[in-house]
Amino acid sequence: MSRFLLSLLAGIFIGGAAGFLGSLMLPKRMSLVAGPLGHLALPGIALALIYGFNISLGAFPFVILGIVLIWLFERRTKLPTEALTAVVFATGVAIAFFFLPIEQAEAALVGDISSIQLDDAVFSIALCMLVFFVVEKIYSKMTLINISEDLAKSQKINVEKYNLVYLLLIALIVALGVKVVGGLLTAAIVAIPAVTSRNLAKNLAQYKFLSLSFGITSSAAGIILWHVTSLPAGPLIIVAGAILFVISTIFKK
Amino acid sequence: MDLSFNVYEGEVLAILGPNGAGKTTLLKALLGIVPYEGVVEWREGVKVGYVPQRLPFIKDVPLSVKEFFRLMNASERKTAEILNSIGLGEEILERRIGDLSSGQFQRILIGWALASDPNVLLFDEPLAGIDIGGQESVYNFLERLKAEKNLTILFVTHELSIVYRLADRVLCLNKRMLCSGAPKEKLTPEAISNLYASPVKFYQHKHEEGEIS
Repeated sequence: MSRFLLSLLAGIFIGGAAGFLGSLMLPKRMSLVAGPLGHLALPGIALALIYGFNISLGAFPFVILGIVLIWLFERRTKLPTEALTAVVFATGVAIAFFFLPIEQAEAALVGDISSIQLDDAVFSIALCMLVFFVVEKIYSKMTLINISEDLAKSQKINVEKYNLVYLLLIALIVALGVKVVGGLLTAAIVAIPAVTSRNLAKNLAQYKFLSLSFGITSSAAGIILWHVTSLPAGPLIIVAGAILFVISTIFKK
Repeated sequence: MDLSFNVYEGEVLAILGPNGAGKTTLLKALLGIVPYEGVVEWREGVKVGYVPQRLPFIKDVPLSVKEFFRLMNASERKTAEILNSIGLGEEILERRIGDLSSGQFQRILIGWALASDPNVLLFDEPLAGIDIGGQESVYNFLERLKAEKNLTILFVTHELSIVYRLADRVLCLNKRMLCSGAPKEKLTPEAISNLYASPVKFYQHKHEEGEIS
């Protein structure tokens, strides 16, 4: 399979899964969280680039480590989460720059889907399908939790369990996303499709479907544009998504 | 907060107190969603429904009324039946929750709580967000609902009018239990000013007393 088609396929799956999960993050005001998580994955990405293993495998443990650290600091200090996130993610970026090979900085920061290998693509697509099915499975309950944790608890929903699954999904999608858009732009692949969809959707069914569709469309458009222009695919995906968003604001009632 | 009380089947119990008295916390303890010390005992087979005061985040989700009911697995037939009992037409099903008036939204919340066929309803501030003109319809609606569904209702409020109008018994709460009993007997001007910690300027007017039973 050509490099282009492989990139396109993997990009579509990752973009779609990220957009779909992002639709759950928007009402919880969590869209930006994927940003810092992507940043603090940078040391892992750097290690993967140096030793030539899968970027997602490098990123994932660092994302999990970051989440655990933030959670521990929060319990210990009772400081606001976003302040602690700032401490942790900036440290991640700083550490990455001690050993990130400068010639590979672009791949780490804004992604490089064009270098994806067949086995890596298959692995990523399988994980994306897993993310998709789990998100679909928890969607109703998570929506209720997003509306009101009290209401969810009154329905005997185990809120902690669902939040944990949800956090793991975010960590997973960030680890997959860095491959496409790098450590800098992960917030955008979860946030932009959801806000665009939010502008147009009349109900939840449309909102879910459109978030998924815009995730897929922007990824596909970005990767096709990369093929045509040779500009980096990651930033093209984000710009394509942003253009769709701007168009959606015109149609918002 | 230390307190102990009973509620009997078919009763309407008002939990009255100023803001910050611990009323909502009490409801949440009864629901088992906040930690508490002591025992909450329900009769066997009791199903509790909960009507929260506000859901500020619901407008962040583009959700139709139909989808809101589906979130708690209510079938279409069940939903239609509930709409009928909360006095709303089927045309509301496709409307977005965020576009409803506060009165309609409250009815939907009540309907939602009814979807699991509860026999006890915990209700947080039934009059919150309802303008004076709409209050009468809330009273009538709750009275009808109680009769139709054979419900035991516990509601939390800081407004005296609804206590006189709907409650069989009242529990006065301000960090601790200050009174308990029939509203007309227990809600004396002294008890009320004691409850609100500063002398109240208006309470039940004398000339209205004849109308209240």
